[in-house]
Amino acid sequence: MHGVLLEVENLRMHFPIYGGILRRRIGSVRAVDGVSLAVSGGETLGLVGESGCGKTTLGRCLLKLYTPTSGTVRFDGQDVLKLGKGALRRLRRQMQMIFQDPFESLDARFTVGDILQEPFDIHAIGTADERRQRVANLLARVGLDPAGMTRFPHEFSGGQRQRIGIARAIALAPRLIICDEPVSALDVSIQAQIINLLLDLQKEMGLTYVFIAHDLSVVKHVADRIAVMYLGKIVEMADAESLYRSPCHPYTHALIAAIPVPDPAQRRKRVLLSGDVASPIHPPDGCTFHPRCPFAAARCRIERPELRPAPGTRDGHHLQACLRAAEIRLPALHWLKRQNGR
Amino acid sequence: MNTTAAGEIILDIRHLSTVFKTDEGRLPAVTDVSFSLGKGRTLGLVGESGCGKTVTALSIMRLLPQPAGQIVAGRILFDQMDLVRLPADRMRRVRGGRIAMIFQEPMTALNPVQPIGRQLREMFLLHAGGLSPAAMRRRCIDLLQRVGIPEAQRRLEDYPHQISGGMRQRVMIAMALSVAPEILIADEPTTALDVTVQAQILALIDDLQQAEGMSMIFITHDLGVIAEICDDVVVMYAGQVVEMASVTRLFRTPRHPYTQGLLASIPRLEHPAKSRLETIPGMVPGLAEMPAGCRFINRCPHAFLDCKTPPPLVDLGDGHSARCFLYGSGRESGA
Repeated sequence: MHGVLLEVENLRMHFPIYGGILRRRIGSVRAVDGVSLAVSGGETLGLVGESGCGKTTLGRCLLKLYTPTSGTVRFDGQDVLKLGKGALRRLRRQMQMIFQDPFESLDARFTVGDILQEPFDIHAIGTADERRQRVANLLARVGLDPAGMTRFPHEFSGGQRQRIGIARAIALAPRLIICDEPVSALDVSIQAQIINLLLDLQKEMGLTYVFIAHDLSVVKHVADRIAVMYLGKIVEMADAESLYRSPCHPYTHALIAAIPVPDPAQRRKRVLLSGDVASPIHPPDGCTFHPRCPFAAARCRIERPELRPAPGTRDGHHLQACLRAAEIRLPALHWLKRQNGR
Repeated sequence: MNTTAAGEIILDIRHLSTVFKTDEGRLPAVTDVSFSLGKGRTLGLVGESGCGKTVTALSIMRLLPQPAGQIVAGRILFDQMDLVRLPADRMRRVRGGRIAMIFQEPMTALNPVQPIGRQLREMFLLHAGGLSPAAMRRRCIDLLQRVGIPEAQRRLEDYPHQISGGMRQRVMIAMALSVAPEILIADEPTTALDVTVQAQILALIDDLQQAEGMSMIFITHDLGVIAEICDDVVVMYAGQVVEMASVTRLFRTPRHPYTQGLLASIPRLEHPAKSRLETIPGMVPGLAEMPAGCRFINRCPHAFLDCKTPPPLVDLGDGHSARCFLYGSGRESGA
């Protein structure tokens, strides 16, 4: 690790909702509602949560694909949100993104060679021959036949298209890649290939990842630290092992307990979380998780929890936002029983 | 021969082959698939995209896209009828009435311009005629309550887009159950849902099945879900059954190299952080370029000469079978 590369402070992204005959602003969707975090160089920060929790919006704010309502994003000391167009473009050489469905992000009318050469064209890198050579190297690096250069995206399978998406992201040797659900559309056997590729590239190129996913087994596998989001806020953040072994927030606990375990000997009575995620337009008062929380007490309906060090920790490596964290006892997690049983 | 010691068999699929007629010719989506569903049991049909699991289900329901999809061989035996040859009007009574199906995306399966209550009533009109409007309304409310929908009475007037994905899937389940089917086919019913909602729906399906004594075919690509709710498992690859066993045997002693690879490639919570995952190299052959022999040959770590001819499904005892030359007599002659 080489110190903090990315630093986010109190970031908010509220999307306006317009309504009525005059299309006046009648409210807002609080997609990201006061998020602060830091990512060190060479590290992978996992960002997990259920649909609508704001993880994708947060990822896009980091690259200024959306302009946040308030807050700051600093990359290597520079304030990303204050940069002008030219400076932002130069900075984006160092910050890239991989999407869930590479097919939607690859222009169907261009050959794979053209798509991969575009970054070199935009940033005027090398001669025409050198650019072709670089494209061939990129394809080989992500495990594709360089001869595929002349083919179009639709001629590739889902897994191969994700490899092309990765090749494009690493073309300019970035320092940070935001991976937004990069394997969730892929079959299990292909998913494993792509995860390995991302791990290899990180090691070789010293990449820093923000890895957004809803599959908690995948995130545990790739992340050093994990932030759990619920309705636009981080409710718990810790190194991967502590988070999965001793979660403090009832929501984190419920997410881990809900993962289906591929072992029929481990069938169990499930701990069920009732209800659905509330609307980010009218989030509940107090702790936004209280309507679904089995431990909710009177104060949870009124007080707004802040991220604080988890009970028994002090140095800020394990943060959590449950008002009652010190009082409640979460049931033992099934996957730990399984591990101890062996 | 096909199931474990499951007792009575309610649905028996024998040598089913289904093709799709396309510009590229006749594509074999499902080839010579045989398995049977034990009464009151849950059979998991697992495999990756394009393996033929959904086409198998649609063949059973006779809901293949027309005119492209066609059953070209085999029998599907249910209550002394062969569903493959059943006249359309009799099939309609079986479908929905005795065998019901729920789908991955309830938004596309529900009618967006009709309130939920009206869609539920339609099921009663089609399959349980003769109820008074008031009685029908009561049964609708009762059903929605049974699948865990709060304020059921009010929900009857809601349109599908007004409720969440998890609630829509509950409505689909309510519709499927409204006619008390003997068999429920669930095609990836939780894949589009968040993990906490998935857990709710799986628990619901599990409870309802126990209460109704229904038999179920559960289609999924998620081996975790299979391990949680199935009794028996059929693994499909490239349109064929490659392995079949009770859920315990399949997870404890997987025999087909594909099943072994699939189980090894799942990220598990107990893995050390950032360790490389086992992978199955390469990818599934396209339907138009299927190898003549074993369809897994190009990805198999154990492939040998024999694999150039089609391997039989080898009976390994106790209802366990695998389509592989590693077992039975094939090994010796090839070595």
